[in-house]
Amino acid sequence: MPTIEIASKPVTVNDEGFMTVYDEWSEEIATVLAAQVEIELTPRHWEVIHFLREDFKKEGESSTSRHTQTVGGFPIKEQFELFPKKPAKKMSYIAGLPKPKGCV
Amino acid sequence: MKNLLVLGAGSAGTMVVNKLRKKLPKDTWGITVIDQDSEHIYQPGLLLMPFGTYKPEQLVKKRQSFIPKGVDFIQATVDKIDPLINKVYLQDGREVGYDYLVIASGTTPRPEQTPGMNDPALWYKSVFDFFTMAGSLALRDALKDFNGGRLVVHISEMPIKCPVAPLEFTFLADAYFTKRGIRDKVEIVYVTPLEGAFTKPVCSKHLGWMLDERKITLEPDFVIEHIDAQTKTMVSMDEREIPFDLLVTIPVNMGADFIARSGMGDELNYVPTDKHNFLSDKYPNIFVLGDASNIPASKAGSVAHFAIDLFSENFVNYVNDRPMEHSFDGHANCFIESGNGKGLLIDFNYTVEPLTGRFPIPVIGPLPLLKESRLNHIGKLAFRWIYWHILLKGRYLPIPALMSMAGKDLVIKSEKEKAHANN
Repeated sequence: MPTIEIASKPVTVNDEGFMTVYDEWSEEIATVLAAQVEIELTPRHWEVIHFLREDFKKEGESSTSRHTQTVGGFPIKEQFELFPKKPAKKMSYIAGLPKPKGCV
Repeated sequence: MKNLLVLGAGSAGTMVVNKLRKKLPKDTWGITVIDQDSEHIYQPGLLLMPFGTYKPEQLVKKRQSFIPKGVDFIQATVDKIDPLINKVYLQDGREVGYDYLVIASGTTPRPEQTPGMNDPALWYKSVFDFFTMAGSLALRDALKDFNGGRLVVHISEMPIKCPVAPLEFTFLADAYFTKRGIRDKVEIVYVTPLEGAFTKPVCSKHLGWMLDERKITLEPDFVIEHIDAQTKTMVSMDEREIPFDLLVTIPVNMGADFIARSGMGDELNYVPTDKHNFLSDKYPNIFVLGDASNIPASKAGSVAHFAIDLFSENFVNYVNDRPMEHSFDGHANCFIESGNGKGLLIDFNYTVEPLTGRFPIPVIGPLPLLKESRLNHIGKLAFRWIYWHILLKGRYLPIPALMSMAGKDLVIKSEKEKAHANN
C-alpha cells in the first residue's frame, strides 16, 4: 500500500486513494480530502462524517446510504445534496473508510 | 433429545438439513425445517427463462423431495421468533421450540419499496423483475412482443441476489435482439447505483470493454427515488431522469418480514451475523446461513454452498463444546453468461478480487477465469443438474469451500509492484 503525505502526516492509502488505516484519520486530514473532491465541510457534513466513523467502529463495514439514512437519520436525498453525485463513495473517502463494496 | 429447527427450505436450508442429518445421531437429535410453500425454484434458471432457455417445469420441484428421511417438514408461515425463550410462533397458531435455530429464510425482491415501481399501469406491463417465477414468465412474453425502443436494465440498491445477474441479463438481451435481427432498433441502457458495471480493478480492466463492444450505454451512480408512471421515467435522488419503454429492474431486496417482526434484523431485515462462523451476533444458539444474513459476501447459491460445507462441521463441534475449527473466507464462484453461447467464470472471496487464470474443477477440467469461453457457458448449463442431484442433497462436490489461489494469475499485482519499485 502506498503512503502519501496529507496535512504533513504520512497516510496509508489504496490504489484509489482511500485511506486504509482507521486511526491515521484526523479532522485535519478529512478537510484536505474533502477539498480534493471539491467539498467544503459544514457542521452538517461533520455530523455525517462522525456518524460514519462511529458506525464503522461498531459494524466493521462502511455504512450504506440506506443505513446512514435509517440509523444515522440523514435522508439519502440530503446525502446527495451534501456530497453531490457520488455520496456513498465521497462520504467513505472523506471519513477515511473503505469504499462501499460492489461485486465484480 | 435436542431439537434443531431450520427456517427456510431453499438452497441453504435444504443443504443444511441434508448435511446435518448425516452428522447428528438420530436417537439424540430431532431436525425440523419450516417453509411457507412447497415449491423449490432453481433460481439461476429465472435469469435464462425470459430468453426461452427453460420452461417453468424445468425450474421447479417439490421442496419435500429434497428433505431427507428423519427430518420433519412443516409448511407454514412464521409469525415471529422469540429468541429469549427459544420458540418460533407460526401464523396458524402453532408453536415450535428449539435448542438450536438456523435462519435460512433468504431474501426477496420488494418493488413496493420504490414509489411508482409496482404501479398497476406499469408492473408486469412495462416494468419487470426476473427473480420471481411470475416476473420471469411475464418478461418472457414481453420480450417476445418487444420490437424496438429503449430497454433499461436497472439495479435499485445493493445488496441484491446474485449481483452479476443484471449484467448477464443485459448481455443476453443484446444477443437475443441481435438474433431476432432487430438489435439496431433497440437501445440498451444499464443503470446502476454503483460507480460502474464493474467496480473491482481487475474486472473492470478485463471486462470494461464488454459494454462498449455491445453498444450498451452505462448510467452509473443512479440511486432511484421514484418512477413516474405517466411518462415512464425513472427519477434519481439527484433528479436525473431516465425514460424507458421496457424496464427490467432488480427491486430493493430484503430479508423475511418475520425477521423484522422479531426485532432481529437490520434496516433491510438481514440478521447481524459473524462473517466467519455464521453465529448470530446476539444469540449463542442461533446461526444464520445463505442470503438471510448481513455478511458482506455475495447473496448467491455458491456462497451458501461453500459456507454450509464449513458450517456443518463447525456445528457438530459447537454443540459438543468443542471449538469451531473452520473460518469462512467469503468464497464465491459464479458463471456469468455473456450471450451467444459463451460465458465467464469468476472466483473470489472477502479479500481477493476476481482474477484471471484457470479454475480447476476435477473431471470438468480447467475453465478460463474472467474470460469469455464456450466452456463456461456449458458449465453454467450443467450446473442445473449438479444443483438438483448433488448440491441440494448435500453430496460431495469436488470444489474446496475455501478459495484457492491455484491457477490464478498474479501478473497484475506484480506489474503494480514493478511500477512501485520503479518510482
